[in-house]
Amino acid sequence: MNRFAELLDRLVLTPSRNGKLTLLTDYFRTVEDPDRGLALAAITGDLNIAAVKPAMLRTLVTERMDPVLFGYSYDYVGDLAETVSLVWPQTPGNIPNREPTLGEVVAKLQAASRSDGPKVLAGLLDSAGISARFAIIKLVTGGLRIGVSARLAKQALADFGAVDVSEIEELWHGLSPPYTTLFAWLEGKAEKPRNTAMALFRPVMLSNPVGDGDLEKLDPADYAAEWKWDGIRVQAVAEGGIRRLYSRTGDDVSGAFPDLADAMHFSATLDGELLVGDPQEATGTFSDLQQRLNRKTVTPKMQQRYPAFMRCYDLLQIGDEDLRALPFRERRGRLESFAGTLDPSRFDLSPFVDFTDWQALEELRRAPPHPIIEGVMLKRWDSAYVAGRPKGPWFKWKRDPHTVDAVLMYAQRGHGKRSSFYSDYTFGVWSGGEGEEELVPVGKAYFGFTDEELKQIDKYVRDNTVERFGPVRSVRADRDNGLVLEVAFEGLNRSTRHKSGVAMRFPRISRLRWDKPANEADRIETLQALLDR
Amino acid sequence: MRESAVTYNRLPAAELYPILGIMRASDLLHPRPEGLYCPPGDFFIDPVRPVDRALITHGHSDHARSGHRSVLATQQTLDIMGLRYGEDFAGTTQAAQLGETIALNGVSVSFHPAGHVLGSAQISVEHQGTRIVASGDYKRQRDATCAPFEPIQCDVFITEATFGLPVFRHPPDTDEIARLLKSAAQFPERSHLVGAYALGKAQRVMRLLRDAGYDRPLYIHGALAKLSEYYQSQGIDLGTLEPATVEGGDQDFAGAIVVGPPSAFADRWARRFPDPISCFASGWMRIRQRAKQGGVELPLIISDHADWDELTATIKETGAEEIWVTHGREEALVRWCELEGIAARPLHLVGYEDEGD
Repeated sequence: MNRFAELLDRLVLTPSRNGKLTLLTDYFRTVEDPDRGLALAAITGDLNIAAVKPAMLRTLVTERMDPVLFGYSYDYVGDLAETVSLVWPQTPGNIPNREPTLGEVVAKLQAASRSDGPKVLAGLLDSAGISARFAIIKLVTGGLRIGVSARLAKQALADFGAVDVSEIEELWHGLSPPYTTLFAWLEGKAEKPRNTAMALFRPVMLSNPVGDGDLEKLDPADYAAEWKWDGIRVQAVAEGGIRRLYSRTGDDVSGAFPDLADAMHFSATLDGELLVGDPQEATGTFSDLQQRLNRKTVTPKMQQRYPAFMRCYDLLQIGDEDLRALPFRERRGRLESFAGTLDPSRFDLSPFVDFTDWQALEELRRAPPHPIIEGVMLKRWDSAYVAGRPKGPWFKWKRDPHTVDAVLMYAQRGHGKRSSFYSDYTFGVWSGGEGEEELVPVGKAYFGFTDEELKQIDKYVRDNTVERFGPVRSVRADRDNGLVLEVAFEGLNRSTRHKSGVAMRFPRISRLRWDKPANEADRIETLQALLDR
Repeated sequence: MRESAVTYNRLPAAELYPILGIMRASDLLHPRPEGLYCPPGDFFIDPVRPVDRALITHGHSDHARSGHRSVLATQQTLDIMGLRYGEDFAGTTQAAQLGETIALNGVSVSFHPAGHVLGSAQISVEHQGTRIVASGDYKRQRDATCAPFEPIQCDVFITEATFGLPVFRHPPDTDEIARLLKSAAQFPERSHLVGAYALGKAQRVMRLLRDAGYDRPLYIHGALAKLSEYYQSQGIDLGTLEPATVEGGDQDFAGAIVVGPPSAFADRWARRFPDPISCFASGWMRIRQRAKQGGVELPLIISDHADWDELTATIKETGAEEIWVTHGREEALVRWCELEGIAARPLHLVGYEDEGD
């Protein structure tokens, strides 16, 4: 249990992706079965343990210590799981000579009934030290919140076994904790596990951005062009009565889109974009789509207002026939006839964009006909469907980003290499009438600048600090003083969480405008106009 | 819950004190703006402003200030003050031997090890049958860089309360050092920057690394040089220490362990190190949010102050009938004393850092 607890503690404080991968692979290497597999399941959210409510936890602890002292402690720490793990009284003489393993803890928790759950939990807390108690409480209260996605955990498995992550993704949904056969294969001690489960995920084919000079080397006649829809890439798989919608990293998202899943009356694997609206009438914007994202359950009203549909790009399998090795031209032909058999309110075909030369396509890319189009896709007519991001067969050619001139308001210290630099910037634009202008924060960015520019901004922040709050400094920013940043972003969403009412997608610093006076930075109305398009 | 008033009743009524020849504790020591004052002895303990006669528990700058007319402290504390403030930090100085009784205007004063940092002492003040022990800062965990705390029987024990909440439970320091060494092995291409206070904590961390078998040179920030050299001269072996400078060589510090004051790591000074892992050795690192806010990647829970269990155990060991609680989180410790039937009150002294560790 201690090694798992230590892993959680390290992961939560390690900001860098590579650092997290090292910690995870080291853990997989040094910890034996079934503990490592259970830890993996806990991280990917695949471990099923009956949950304990926070109120129950509080009751358990105040039965064991003075409630006033507990109150002082909780006020100070602010996190219930952490407070309980620290103050839990241990009776000397009742301390076992070894701490329970993760396997033992999970077995006890899974065997507990609803009524004896609290008693089992208290017994486990009695037998564990501080870090292990924290990890146990995190397991039973659900949600580790350690900044590790399922995707990152799968990447760590791939690194550990020196295989491609697509192999892990393809296997994943046929496996279950504690993944002993998976680890045995990754360690070279056994054959690759064979998948016998139905409706499995097929690793997705991705594209590369068009780089400078790329197109000059390519013949337009070799490529088909489609609009690049700014929804969510999904894979719809129906097989043997099982229907699943997967994200492009293989997470099962069927639960969030029951309306679409219900319409999958077929036996096939489709690749496409998940959008909202009616494919026959009008496609919803990204803000509309957002209403359906990151929800555990979705109300009928929500399904009616923002119906989900799939715009099909590709057909990977039909019945028992795997089409992935066929050229795109042939797969597309099969897709076109297959799409005709589908529910037209839930599925449509991604249309081709006609073009003769790159110049003509360039013009279409710059001025797409719909706000949820973010550019064009180029696909070689003869390309097979392969996992990952091979260079050559598929390209994405995105619309130019939006830009806005904003004023630097707050700067926060970075991590790792950047721990001595103020490298995370919150910026704002002007709002309010003449004479009453004030800056309203509209976003935060921490990349897009060069190392040299970082040094310059850092110096500016240190020289113009108005206030300090821990790792954050507020920077002098008014009508006459302030650093103007040109910020590039992909799109804008309405936000109720931000005072400005807008949230930027993928913001980054594109230029430092040392030359521009703060009062000439953009106004909030400029951004609002983008929302209303 | 037992009433704390019961405890007071064990002592004779206060108005009988002069008749019985017993000194009332608050007449023997009480707070003044300058610090804790003893009227019959006419001296202050750890005064925060210049005074005629100061008794000093240890060399941390909020307790040991310069400019007093005369200072009584252990030789090591006097030496440390000399290193920090220059040899003329006080008019006159007198070294107190640990355990030896010194009479000051008829008040018996003695110094006893506090286990906080090198030279740190508790001060016992006794007059007309009443003994008060001022702990200064103390800890009970073993520390190879200073003499261990000795519990002194007394009527009133003045305890610090830096970590006076039940959430503060320091793990064994050897476990923490093992985590540091494990991380150094996991990330051999990165340097580990350990933030540690210049007096005491830094040397303790270095000594713990040596005791764990780490024998590569340790790199130190300039602010640690004089004090670390002094520790070495007092027989505390810290091994090879090298300055963490870039001048005159292109040392790249990959895989190195660097020790410096915590403030230095947020500074531009830290830029010389490759992709550093920021570590901080402090009792505050017990709280995850504290580590997160400070941008600490590897918190090391190593403290020179008593944790909750040490505080409560020490209070019991002194046998004191009354506890005065100072700098830190007084309310929880006072509450605990109430529950235990021990009289306790906060002693509001100003000018000490509640946060130093």
